[in-house]
Amino acid sequence: MIDIKKLAIDLALRGKSAENSFAFDVTPIPGEIEVLRISVEDREELPIFVSVSGEQILCIAYLFKEKEIETGKLDELNNTMLKINITMPLSSFAKIDEQYVIYGALSSSSTLFDVIHELEVLSSNAVESLEAMENYLK
Amino acid sequence: MALFEKIFTAIRGGAREMGEAIVDKNGVRIFEQEIKDAETALDKAKQDLTEVMAKEMQASRKIENLNADIKKHEEYVASALAKNNEELAMEVAQKIADFQSELDIQKKAQESFSAHVVRLKGLIKQTNKALADMQRQLVMVKATQNVQKATTAITQNYASGTSKLLTAKESLDRIKHKQQDLEDRLKAGEALQGEFEGKDLEEKLKKAGIVKTDDKAQEILAAIKAKNKSKKNG
Repeated sequence: MIDIKKLAIDLALRGKSAENSFAFDVTPIPGEIEVLRISVEDREELPIFVSVSGEQILCIAYLFKEKEIETGKLDELNNTMLKINITMPLSSFAKIDEQYVIYGALSSSSTLFDVIHELEVLSSNAVESLEAMENYLK
Repeated sequence: MALFEKIFTAIRGGAREMGEAIVDKNGVRIFEQEIKDAETALDKAKQDLTEVMAKEMQASRKIENLNADIKKHEEYVASALAKNNEELAMEVAQKIADFQSELDIQKKAQESFSAHVVRLKGLIKQTNKALADMQRQLVMVKATQNVQKATTAITQNYASGTSKLLTAKESLDRIKHKQQDLEDRLKAGEALQGEFEGKDLEEKLKKAGIVKTDDKAQEILAAIKAKNKSKKNG
């Protein structure tokens, strides 16, 4: 079982390490449950939020709001996202109220390496899927 | 109605308060209690099963013993009759009759225990399934609650950051710019590196044919040969 405070420290240490190509900052966000904000180097506009519940570690990146979608293209976009979901490694598309997100869920007994790998893949998937869906956005 | 179905319906109905309406704090607590109760019932059923199975085995053993006794005593009767001892034969026959009635009782008991075992096993199987299902639902409920709380915290944090002001397109553009910048910097860095190490100049000289390419070894060999020749002659 992962403790989010320990996860935060471990992640922060790894994130700052210059030897890997995936560098990031970790900021805890206080709230009823603790959330970590991961700011990836050169992709600060796409932060990843990490939260831990009993069973899983949830990593979420915000993509766009429904209102940002080009008029009339909503159905097609939804359809397309569902279809390409399965081809995306580790991550999946989802919608939280009006916000489209991309997320990954890991078992809370995952190793630090697993979490970092998930974040790295999620970050790349986020950028790539935004690029792919550019034409659907206003 | 299964929980998942409930949530699905609520979402279709446009319920935003999915988190609160279906998954309120009390709801979770009641659910957790139901799971505990099911676990307790399951434990009790398993205990009962063990007891009843033991009783069934006891009855089976008794039946076996009684059958053996009856057989033995039937032989005694035969012996007594062979010796024309009617009285003794009668006495033993009475004993056999007693054994028979005891046997009947034990057989009925065994049947009843057997049926009970089957019932209990079925109940345990059912409860196990239901319990697993409830536990899965609880995980789902907790995950939903969790996401609800997390997204509240995230939205608040997001709203206070600059990221909120950028649309997805704007964010993407910025990222692509940074990527391009990085690539440009890398290329420039390589160029600078080349100049610094004189590699740049060397490449140019080689291309112009001013500096021989990698004939160093040949040159050295030729020079040594020439030296040897002059030595010989000298």
